[in-house]
Amino acid sequence: MNLYAPILVLGGIALAFGVVSLVMGALTGPKRYNRAKLEAYECGIEPTPQPIGGGRFPVKYYLTAMLFIVFDIEIVFLYPWAVYFDSLGMFGLVEMAMFVAAVFVAYAYLWRRGGLEWD
Amino acid sequence: MIETSSLASGVVLANEGGGGLHSVAASGAYSALWLVVGLPLLGALLLLVGGKRTNAFGHILGTAMALGSFAVGVLMFVTMLGKDDADRSVDQHLWTWAPVNEFQADIGLHLDQLSVVFVLLITGVGSLIHIYSIGYMAHDENRRRFFGYLNLFVAAMLLLVLANNYLLLYAGWEGVGLASYLLIGFWQHKPSAATAAKKAFIMNRVGDFGLAVAVFLMFTTFGSFDFADVLGGSASASDGTMTAIGLMLLLAACGKSAQFPLQAWLGDAMEGPTPVSALIHAATMVTAGVYLITRSAEIFNASPDAQLAVTVVGAITVLFGAIVGCAKDDIKKALAASTMSQIGYMILAAGLGPIGYVFAIMHLVTHGFFKAGLFLGAGSVMHGMNDEVDMRRYGGLRKYMPITFVTFGLGYLSIIGFPLLSGFFSKDKIIEAAFAKGGTSGWILGAVTLLAAGLTAFYMTRVMLMTFFGKERWKEAPAGAPADWHEPHPHESPTSMTGPMILLAFGSVFAGGLFVLNESFVKWLTPVTGFSHGDLPMSEWAVTGMALSMVALGSAVAYVQYARRDVPAVAPAASLVTVAARRDLYQDAVNEGLVMRPGQYLTRLLVWFDNRGVDGFVGGLAAFIGGTSARVRKVQTGFVRSYALSMFGGTLLVVACTLMARMA
Amino acid sequence: MSMSTAATATLAVTKVDAPTIEYGKLSPILIIAGVAVVGVLIEAFLPRPARYRAQLTVALVGMIAAFGAVVWLARDLPDDHRGSVTAMGAVAVDGPSLFLQGTLLLIGIASVLLIGERRLEPAGGDAFAPQAAAAPGSQQEKDAAAAGWTQTEVYPLTMFSLVGMLLFPAANDLLMMFVALEILSLPLYLLCGLARRHRLLSQEAALKYFLLGAFSSAFFLFGVAMLYGYSGSVSLDKIGVASAGAMDNDALLLIGLAMVAVGLLFKVGAVPFHSWTPDVYQGAPTPITGFMAAATKVAAFGAMMRFFYVALPGMRWDWRPVMIGVAIVTMVAGAIIAITQTDVKRLLAYSSIAHAGFILTGMIAMSDAGVSSTMFYLVAYGFVTLGAFAVVTLVRDARGEATHLSHWAGLGRRSPLVAGVFALFLLAFAGIPLTSGFSGKFAVFQAAARGGAGSLVVVGVLCSAVAAFFYVRVIVLMFFSEPKVDGPTVVVPSVMTTAAIALGVAVTVVLGILPQPVLDLADKAALFVH
Repeated sequence: MNLYAPILVLGGIALAFGVVSLVMGALTGPKRYNRAKLEAYECGIEPTPQPIGGGRFPVKYYLTAMLFIVFDIEIVFLYPWAVYFDSLGMFGLVEMAMFVAAVFVAYAYLWRRGGLEWD
Repeated sequence: MIETSSLASGVVLANEGGGGLHSVAASGAYSALWLVVGLPLLGALLLLVGGKRTNAFGHILGTAMALGSFAVGVLMFVTMLGKDDADRSVDQHLWTWAPVNEFQADIGLHLDQLSVVFVLLITGVGSLIHIYSIGYMAHDENRRRFFGYLNLFVAAMLLLVLANNYLLLYAGWEGVGLASYLLIGFWQHKPSAATAAKKAFIMNRVGDFGLAVAVFLMFTTFGSFDFADVLGGSASASDGTMTAIGLMLLLAACGKSAQFPLQAWLGDAMEGPTPVSALIHAATMVTAGVYLITRSAEIFNASPDAQLAVTVVGAITVLFGAIVGCAKDDIKKALAASTMSQIGYMILAAGLGPIGYVFAIMHLVTHGFFKAGLFLGAGSVMHGMNDEVDMRRYGGLRKYMPITFVTFGLGYLSIIGFPLLSGFFSKDKIIEAAFAKGGTSGWILGAVTLLAAGLTAFYMTRVMLMTFFGKERWKEAPAGAPADWHEPHPHESPTSMTGPMILLAFGSVFAGGLFVLNESFVKWLTPVTGFSHGDLPMSEWAVTGMALSMVALGSAVAYVQYARRDVPAVAPAASLVTVAARRDLYQDAVNEGLVMRPGQYLTRLLVWFDNRGVDGFVGGLAAFIGGTSARVRKVQTGFVRSYALSMFGGTLLVVACTLMARMA
Repeated sequence: MSMSTAATATLAVTKVDAPTIEYGKLSPILIIAGVAVVGVLIEAFLPRPARYRAQLTVALVGMIAAFGAVVWLARDLPDDHRGSVTAMGAVAVDGPSLFLQGTLLLIGIASVLLIGERRLEPAGGDAFAPQAAAAPGSQQEKDAAAAGWTQTEVYPLTMFSLVGMLLFPAANDLLMMFVALEILSLPLYLLCGLARRHRLLSQEAALKYFLLGAFSSAFFLFGVAMLYGYSGSVSLDKIGVASAGAMDNDALLLIGLAMVAVGLLFKVGAVPFHSWTPDVYQGAPTPITGFMAAATKVAAFGAMMRFFYVALPGMRWDWRPVMIGVAIVTMVAGAIIAITQTDVKRLLAYSSIAHAGFILTGMIAMSDAGVSSTMFYLVAYGFVTLGAFAVVTLVRDARGEATHLSHWAGLGRRSPLVAGVFALFLLAFAGIPLTSGFSGKFAVFQAAARGGAGSLVVVGVLCSAVAAFFYVRVIVLMFFSEPKVDGPTVVVPSVMTTAAIALGVAVTVVLGILPQPVLDLADKAALFVH
């Protein structure tokens, strides 16, 4: 346990510091509120104004982003596979074929259901 | 010589007659053994399940089943006659009911010289009583149900005597208890019958409890229920265990055979139809206790204390029943008291050990004949007398019912031990055996049996005289008779009733003689029960002489009292002893004071405790759990953040506990 | 020349051996994965009206084929019933795997029958939203409903989830286990949000399940990292070897095992990781609730047993006390909170929490009997649960399923058959003899008692008594209360729901009266491959 004792002590100090500062602040600090103090960020910068209707990104954006990630990850696998293609042999080919097929099935689904049409 | 192997000792026992449970698997004619139980059981099933559809032929079917069972029984008997002693006992394994490791509950039958006697008695007398009942119950709308119950009884009783293990015997034991309950309460519309049935059932439960404990003890001691294992091993078990088992078996016997102190139900059981009284409460079921003790001979042989207890119980009951019988005016209750007393003889004899077992069974069989005959005769009298049971309202009936008179009279002569009739031989042997026990206890038991013989002669002569002789007291209206009272017209009963009475009368007269002729009965049973001649401290003739003089004395007193003087139509005031006897020697009062009232108080206490204590606790606990639930469910706020917090806290707890488990 | 030599050298130095995978041994999982992919293709290329029938057929045929594959593999198990590992030690094909996979496939078949039920909604359609992407209550949703659309994606989603479930108890290393956990969870999160009625409640349930599930996955993964840090491997076998000699300085091991346990306990809904259960069970479409309640427990308990029995048998004195504590708290809390529930689905949720405690009791026994009794309990419990939720789908009023208990008053008078079947399931939950629940409880309590966890058995029996109260209360309510005037009606389902309920009844009764063959099978299948 000796190995971890310093970590525990450090954690204890950090916890104590947080608790003590909050308690001290609450006990000693003056309590005068104004509008600026109630802002999310007290440094004076206004938060970005929300667009009308709730500040959402269009859902199409998510679709496109996720499609990008899918193919991005596919590439991550394809690179090392290509490097070791020789030594992996038939096994590598079959496995990669299955993997690519699965990804393409997802792609086909997205495509057929209109996920690639922006409007 | 000391180092006899278990096998050899078994052989020795068999030669001595004890432990004669060496038996072979049933084959040949024996393989029909199961039919003995099966036929009446089938009859009971058909009649009770078939319901009203079997009303028309129910009585015929029931009787046929009983007769069929009797026929198979005779076949068994004849087959057995053709074999040597060694090959006479057979086992028939039917199936294993519940095999659980050591616990092997087998359904198997065991037929030997002892059980075949019972089979013949039960099916023989049973068949006669079935036939008698056809006439007796002719006008009862529930006759079919009655025959169903009778068949059920016969099946259960046969199961009891044919079982090859104590567990199955227990099943039969409970079966006859059930049938007895159903038949005593057959006329359940009468509150007295319903009460009597309940009383019989509850008092029997006390005895059944004894049998159950005995069976438990056997299993823990021997690891088996089989007669062969239990009785074969009884020599090796400790004395204390054997005494405990023996006393528990005695308790069981007391319940079923109406022995002191569980005798009170038998008199009330006469509320049942008379054929029931004849079959169940005279000839067969009440002798189950005797069978149980005789069957368990090895257990009692191994425990002199238990044997002594048996003889004491028998001796008390023999006098108890006889005294009660002297004062009863109800003909059936007088006979019931007599039954109790006679079974006391048998129990006493069974308690004597090998010198008495054979004679207990012999008296049991002759008693089965004459007592069944007497009951059927009583039933016949009642049949002709508008169901009147008070002997003070009988008198001079011999002219009106000659057949009943003759058969009843032969039964009467037999029971009092008139020379050369059945009862004479069997009772005389028991008196001899009691004296032959030796020692002070032998003298006391002998005296008791002699005294009881005199009392028997007195009360039976009284019954005889009051019923068939003297003035015809039934012609006058009783005091306080209802307005529509009319004079009874005594008449002889139909052939279906007199026939069985005649046959039973033959048994009452000749059975005993046949049994002692060439000592055939002793030789027959010795392989199973063992037999030894005791040392009679006087000559056999002296004993017989004393017994006969007691009988003569008793009869003479009764003659003086009931034939020379007029019998009053209403019981007169009498001495304290007579009053006590009329009230069954206060047995009900004793039961009430000792058991019933404390029981009621206990029940009330338990109810109170249950209401306040148990229910309060349970209710409180439920309320507590419910309250906790209502409080705890508030933790389920529906906010995912608090869920996540609780998970986080839980994780910390699990991690901390895991670390702490190592530290600890 | 030198350049090429160097290049060759680089390649030559790192030349790898191609891994081997015995596809045959993975065939049940691969078949279901294939079915799921085909399901996606059906969604992509078949016209809308043809999809339902095609999806249903493919899913059912696929699951039956996979079940056949499981049986075929089980027959090929060597005589000592120890199986083998495949996929480079990542997947175990042994008795417990195959037994639980078979169970999961049977539950899957019954679940798909429930999911495919289309007779219950008066306006047509199934239990799922006509168009999940449409905002609840929007015009778009109404249009979709009016057009009679259905979201047939539920079938491939269910199949993907089933793939994860089949893999979860078979996973023989922690990474594979994590992957399986995610495969089974992600589709379930989605499925939970697809209810046709009470859309908002359903979506809330899905979101809660997703957030808390992600939270617990994090714990799981963190624990895996710690265990890797301790033993240098994610393989359960190697962790087992490393932990067998653990003496001092093994805080990493202890924290790691606790955190992995937390991730698994979350999935089975043990206290204090149970809080999602009632909300999610209530909000999810009822066929999915049934599937989730039955199959997730089977898979998660399978994985948990493998984790503790294969990776940490040497650490039992460290984890057993904690798990005993968790089991006790789970049984007590589940049974007690269930008493005051007024909604059938929440009642069943708390009941499932209590049952998680009972099943933990068997697992803690740490013996072959513990494994076999736990697996038997899972079979018994799985079918009872599925059947009970199936019955819930039948009792409906104008607003959909009438799940408030007050609506169930007097149901026995109006529909004695349905109420009788539900009563049978409740009796099985309560562990009344002659039902599968009794056999299961008896088996796990016996195993726990033999395993030295007597205290657990006492608490378990007491909690069974408390639990019996609220089960019987529902029975009393159904049979001995006056029916409400405007009470719900019992809808007559198609043959599919009927078959699923009949399967539940059959398993409940058969395992109650003749449990021995299945107990024997579980006994034979109780050995984990090491």
